[in-house]
Amino acid sequence: MNALQAAGRKLAQCETCGLIGQPAVDPHCRRCGSKLELRRENSIQRTAALLIAGFALYLPANLLPIMETRSMFGMQEDTIMSGVIYLWTSGSWVLASVVFIASVAVPLLKLISLSLLVVSVRWRWRGHALPRARLYRLLETIGRWSMLDVYVVAILVALVQVQSLAAIAPGSGVLAFAAVVVLSMLATMAFDPRLIWDPISDETGKGAKS
Amino acid sequence: MRNEPSPGMSDLTACPQCDLLLQMGQEARDGRQALVCPRCGSGLYRSNRGSLENMLALACAGMILLVVANAFPVLGLDINGQRTDTTVLGAVDKLWLARMQPVAVLVLLTTILAPLLQLAAVIWLVLPLRLGRRPPAFARVFRVLQLVRPWAMTEVLILGMLVAMVKLAHFADLLPGIGIWSFGALMLLLTALTAMTEPRELWRNWEAAGK
Repeated sequence: MNALQAAGRKLAQCETCGLIGQPAVDPHCRRCGSKLELRRENSIQRTAALLIAGFALYLPANLLPIMETRSMFGMQEDTIMSGVIYLWTSGSWVLASVVFIASVAVPLLKLISLSLLVVSVRWRWRGHALPRARLYRLLETIGRWSMLDVYVVAILVALVQVQSLAAIAPGSGVLAFAAVVVLSMLATMAFDPRLIWDPISDETGKGAKS
Repeated sequence: MRNEPSPGMSDLTACPQCDLLLQMGQEARDGRQALVCPRCGSGLYRSNRGSLENMLALACAGMILLVVANAFPVLGLDINGQRTDTTVLGAVDKLWLARMQPVAVLVLLTTILAPLLQLAAVIWLVLPLRLGRRPPAFARVFRVLQLVRPWAMTEVLILGMLVAMVKLAHFADLLPGIGIWSFGALMLLLTALTAMTEPRELWRNWEAAGK
């Protein structure tokens, strides 16, 4: 493919207003004053660091209880998985699947696939650039849905209080879980998808030297 | 002027996803034609659908809905005649009191502050443009708009409330409040507003307003 990267001509598109500029001449966009960069700064390192933090918190997020229910029958602790099982056994298969996908599958698949993208970019893979670009766009849109369980806990905690027959308190798992969601969103934002295409354009001798 | 473009640079654009350098025709530059990257398939520009009037109307309606959504309870419970209800702010407060301050802040940010900032930024940017003037601090407010948009998660909140309702349905009567309907309407409205907000279009208007 004889495609031409903007960076190969030392041109950069302003990430704020979309104007093309020359960062070598002036590091700021001439229209809006934002910083002009050929590629996001330290994209690989920052994404990798956020991913490692996300992986570290994924297990506590899923193993620690996200909710503690106290009632006259004693105390019950709920993890994310036990919440899914409860929905499933009470007959809400659709919601059980939605919660499972949003809270268990998406965060893990997101961390794994973004890691794969980081590895592919770091070692300058040339193959499957289009599927990798599509994968990144998918990650950008689905990440937010993982906040679902945080909202469920927030609503349940507010509604089921001491004066009722039971009281629900948030468990420490929800803290870890919220952190995983935020970290993986930040990691996605730190990743520069243009890096996927650089090795391909370099073959024609016109890609970015970053 | 610093960083003067070389001749012909004004009809160049680059795909923000793959950095492919592209030549724009007049149609695409004026926003009459949608532009899709031929290499990676990401949508570069939508054809211009949202006028400034439409954006302004949606943003003002959104502000009203946001106030209503937070002033009234989203969900109530009736357990043997004993009633409790909560607003989203009430839920944030309970999380804070349960010593989950980071989670409380996150919920506040994603359900109330981010939509509020998004609506306020759109009004700030679009109202003066509609009157043919350049808004103060345009670039800074524009960056705020781009920064907060991924964090406005009204649609996820709606789904979360649905899941919470299903979990409670077995041991209490549920009383959906005005708040939940307002949040639902706000969700549709914010989605429409986001789809209408075309950065290039706003900057084109900004340039026109300066002349």
